[in-house]
Amino acid sequence: MKLRILALTLLLAAAPAYANQQAPAKPPTAAAQDGFVPVDAPLSAKDTIPAPRLVAIAYGFIWVVVFGYVVSVRLRLSKVEREMETVTRRIGAGGRSA
Amino acid sequence: MKKLFVPMAVVAAAMFAYAPFMILNAPYESTMGLVQKIFYFHAACGMAMFAAAFVSGIGSAAFLFGRKPSADRMAVAGAELTSIIGLIVLVTGPLWARKAWGVWWQWDARLTSTLVMWMIFNAYLLLRRYGGPGSDRLAAAVALFGMANVPFVYWSVNVWRTLHPKTSVIPSLQPGMRGPFWFCVAAFLLLFTVLLALRTELEKRRQQLDELYLAVEGD
Repeated sequence: MKLRILALTLLLAAAPAYANQQAPAKPPTAAAQDGFVPVDAPLSAKDTIPAPRLVAIAYGFIWVVVFGYVVSVRLRLSKVEREMETVTRRIGAGGRSA
Repeated sequence: MKKLFVPMAVVAAAMFAYAPFMILNAPYESTMGLVQKIFYFHAACGMAMFAAAFVSGIGSAAFLFGRKPSADRMAVAGAELTSIIGLIVLVTGPLWARKAWGVWWQWDARLTSTLVMWMIFNAYLLLRRYGGPGSDRLAAAVALFGMANVPFVYWSVNVWRTLHPKTSVIPSLQPGMRGPFWFCVAAFLLLFTVLLALRTELEKRRQQLDELYLAVEGD
């Protein structure tokens, strides 16, 4: 666990240096900043980066993280409840023997 | 709150099941096209992240100055949710940016301040986990700094030069986009409330377990 945290810390510390070396694929473009203008159809074939994949990854990631977190809290809760039962039994047994 | 937990969880699940249909039917944005649809969950998550940071900060202040264990439980839950929801914000943002700006990341004011805020709440969680005795009060002070960061993150897009859309985007949303967006915000805030209740319950049980162990040691 400590090794994982150390690795994560090193990774985060190295991120700015990596970002400075990384040449952007193209200069940042000025996407809408002040307001979004709606259109009826998606943009034409000028797309070079597949947007559907990015959108799918974004939404998929959100579902996985939320579901994973709910499961994680549920598991931790069950573990604590089991431990509480064990300790309560031990206290009960101690009280009877005394 | 316990009585409301199940109905709230059911409503949140129903809202998340319906949200993709609303987002799919929302109009495309003229310069960004399909990828702008990430906005509906990304910005809603951002709002939930701010709410989580405020809950953690206010809980920490109540714990520091009022010594209330219930406030501390709330602070821990809020900090963990800031970390989890912040991770979603920090991952979905670059996915949108890659298409809209041509780069995954820019060290501009909004993105950097969000990363710093996320790291502050992760520092809080690490302090709670490995800080040893007394670390709860030190961690509470860290959470206050994290909460103080929220206005900077929010206003950064209006004050400094940045590629990120400004805060004016939300009030100026067209009706076709406004409905799905606020629906997603409501869904995420409801989910946040449900997760906060669940996580606070876990912390309550942990404190009860600690008290049981102390009782065993006292015998």
